[in-house]
Amino acid sequence: MHEPRRRPKKRLLRLRLNGRWREDAVSEGMLLVDYLRDVARLTGTKMGCDGGECGACTVLIDGEAVPSCITLASRCDERSVETIEALAAQGRLSRLQRAFHERLGTQCGFCTPGMIMAAEALLRRNPRPTDDEIRIALSGNLCRCTGYVKIIESVREAVGAGL
Amino acid sequence: MTSIPSADQKTARRGTPLIDGIDKVTGRARYTADLDHENALVGRILRSPVSHGEIVRLDASKARALEGVLAVITGDDCPYTYGVLPIAMNEFPLARGRVRYRGEPIAAVAAVDAKTAERALGLIEFKLEKLPAYYTSDAARAPGAVLLHENKPGNLERDVHHQFGDVNQGFTEADLVREQTFSCAEINHAQIEPHASLAEFDPLTGRLTVQTVSQVGYYLHLMLARCLEMDSSHIRVIKPFIGGGFGARVETLNFEIVTALLARASAGKVMMQLTREETFITHRARPQTDIRLKLGMKKNGRITACECEVVQRGGAYAGYGIITILYAGALLQGLYDIPAVKYDGYRVYANLPPCGAMRGHGSVDTRHAFECLVDRMAHELGLDPIAVRRANLLQAPTRTLNDLMVNSYGLAECIDKVERASQWRERIGRLPPGKGLGMACSHYVSGAAKPIHFTGEPHAVVNLKLDFDGGVTALTGAADIGQGSSTMVAIVVAETLDISLDRIRVVAADTAVTPKDNGAYSSRITFMVGNAAIDAAEKMKSILVAAAARKLEARPEDIECVAEVFRVGSGDQSSLPFADVVAAALVDEGAITVKGSFTCPPEAQGGKHRGGAVGSTMGFSYAAQVVEASVDEATGRVTVDKVWVALDCGRAINPLAVEGQIQGSVWMGMGQAISEETNYLDGLPAHASLLEYRMPTILDSPSIETYIVESHDPFGPFGAKEASEGALAGFAPALVNAIGNAIGLNLNELPVTPDRVMDALIQRQRQAKIANALKAAS
Repeated sequence: MHEPRRRPKKRLLRLRLNGRWREDAVSEGMLLVDYLRDVARLTGTKMGCDGGECGACTVLIDGEAVPSCITLASRCDERSVETIEALAAQGRLSRLQRAFHERLGTQCGFCTPGMIMAAEALLRRNPRPTDDEIRIALSGNLCRCTGYVKIIESVREAVGAGL
Repeated sequence: MTSIPSADQKTARRGTPLIDGIDKVTGRARYTADLDHENALVGRILRSPVSHGEIVRLDASKARALEGVLAVITGDDCPYTYGVLPIAMNEFPLARGRVRYRGEPIAAVAAVDAKTAERALGLIEFKLEKLPAYYTSDAARAPGAVLLHENKPGNLERDVHHQFGDVNQGFTEADLVREQTFSCAEINHAQIEPHASLAEFDPLTGRLTVQTVSQVGYYLHLMLARCLEMDSSHIRVIKPFIGGGFGARVETLNFEIVTALLARASAGKVMMQLTREETFITHRARPQTDIRLKLGMKKNGRITACECEVVQRGGAYAGYGIITILYAGALLQGLYDIPAVKYDGYRVYANLPPCGAMRGHGSVDTRHAFECLVDRMAHELGLDPIAVRRANLLQAPTRTLNDLMVNSYGLAECIDKVERASQWRERIGRLPPGKGLGMACSHYVSGAAKPIHFTGEPHAVVNLKLDFDGGVTALTGAADIGQGSSTMVAIVVAETLDISLDRIRVVAADTAVTPKDNGAYSSRITFMVGNAAIDAAEKMKSILVAAAARKLEARPEDIECVAEVFRVGSGDQSSLPFADVVAAALVDEGAITVKGSFTCPPEAQGGKHRGGAVGSTMGFSYAAQVVEASVDEATGRVTVDKVWVALDCGRAINPLAVEGQIQGSVWMGMGQAISEETNYLDGLPAHASLLEYRMPTILDSPSIETYIVESHDPFGPFGAKEASEGALAGFAPALVNAIGNAIGLNLNELPVTPDRVMDALIQRQRQAKIANALKAAS
């Protein structure tokens, strides 16, 4: 039972994570969510399913909302990745974070980081979305607490605050 | 009784964001999987591949010999059962002798990393000798079926037979008697956070610390002491942030005990994270339920009698089963005035993952049948569905036939609100083809007045500490699982002391620090913990008032405290700020600690009949809702266009959170009504992912217009009752009634998926054809 352990192949990943460039040696098959949670220690990004079903792990890659649980970390080489931890970086909540807090767009909070990142991507490309556009942008993110009513209200409120 | 008017004046009525909301929106909130486990071992569970079988061989020696494996445990490592009711604990953390459902844990491994743990699982050798397996209530109850549990003949966990009033006379007096059968699919809580547990055993001190997703740390604490044969003073259970519960985490779950057993066996720290599939298999949700319901009704809509038979397919172990089958009958009452009620309930064992408590525990499926049948009988009698509900209202205060207290009752106002808001009178019967309106009412308890682990202790205890810093720390065992219970505690303490909410810090659900609490179940926290928190705050206030009185040289009864200023009653200008009063009070006795408690009196704890404690509560919430729906007869697809819901929560301590709870519960009812169901193929779950378990997405989710009705319960904290569960049960019947209104089709199965709607439509066409043919022939 003492077979020599195969060393997993690793490669150097260079990416801009929440505004700062960093380099890490990561195994080729490592998922972005595992990189974020276990290597970069950013646990705001959540895992709610066994892969690509719930949206709790949504992060931004070059501004686009992506489920990090079905994205290889190596795909982010030389790219910019943003997680929920980036949004309140200047010591104040982002308009989406403030709205989700004040309008109770969050209850248990587990889907919230992914939900806010999906909404963030929407507002960056479309600062004045309609309710239907909000629904479509968040349709890959499951929430079990709110019935989505206050999530839509929160995004709407953030849109208003940004005008 | 508490001072309602002053409380009303004090609160900003829009509501308060959650005190832990900023942690949630920033990603700082740490859930179990987020806790530091860098050096922890990884736990994995080996699960049974068969639905029913004897374990004839189980050999873990090869797995134990694998490098990097620190512990392998099997049923041999824990000879103690765990469960809910002391009389019905029939489940081992790891199966012993026999497995009773596919996916039941049979062994577990702790290893240095996930890969090693998974390899070790593959090295465990076992042989299971298959037994006949039963996947339906009928098959399990059939004569000659192999018993899942030797002491339970007929595979019946419990049968309940209750009769109140003269049912026969009721049916004789009725102008219309109808009997129908309904079937509701099994569903799952599907909270977004998968199950996880982190356990650390210190072999040097013999102490165990478990951080886990439990809604009731106290039960887990009891079960850990039992299953690990430990002195309970050596155990600490801590609740981190929890990603939803809905009842999934009320009972102690097998993986929680398994993780603790692994931590002790490996003398270290073990992180167990279940997959989504395993989280589904752990289950404990709403059972598949068959209902036969018979109602009698007068021409004026008065219900004269109710006879109901319920069969629940409970899964392989007891869990909450006895409670669920009792709730299903007990809560036939308490909503309307019904002169006679007969109930026969059967909780059946089957070779499937065990069912348990889920939001609206036990009441939802029977309420569905009841509200559908009432509507259909109203239609037959040419009565308006709303008028029929109005004809059967209770008058509070009263006691139901089964001895449940009804102390406040805002149902009439709830009905008025949704009738007006939906423009029911103007629109019913005048909607375009394929569109319909339906309504239903529902209710739920504000905490079980008799707890499951009955000890005679108060139902809730809250400690408050006030020290030199002027901050008030509230210590409560109540588990905030996202419903906002910690925020509720902070609000009632701040309101009672009339101090800023910012001064309050809530420390919750850590059995080493917080007083014992029965946890987050049966919507008990606002009512019970809220009352205990007010009690504690009033004691603290009297200490502060006494200190202020001495300082101001006045009598305590003349001291007023408004917005952190203590002054001698009207006219006198002398006053003291909060900080000075705290300083004066500390001179007298040092750091102030007080304790508040709340107890439901014996007369609230239900009837004397067997099982009579279930359903008992100090206050029922009441809800009415109207659903507008569209049915596409070509595809069978049902779309929920809009919901109007009103809930009587006594008084909304935090209106924002109350709205959120009402919307969430209505929506969860919608999931059960339109799309959610669990299915098994030879015991293998076919739904065990968030793709196959079809909870509604944001695209399927309608606008839910919410109205809060405040009936000011005489016993609730500031008059409050529960708000999280009462509205759930009304959704499905309101929707099915709306479908009936839209296309005249009476559906008797949940969920109303397109295939079920199409089947019913085809059936109706066939029947029409046969009727036409018969007419032509005659």
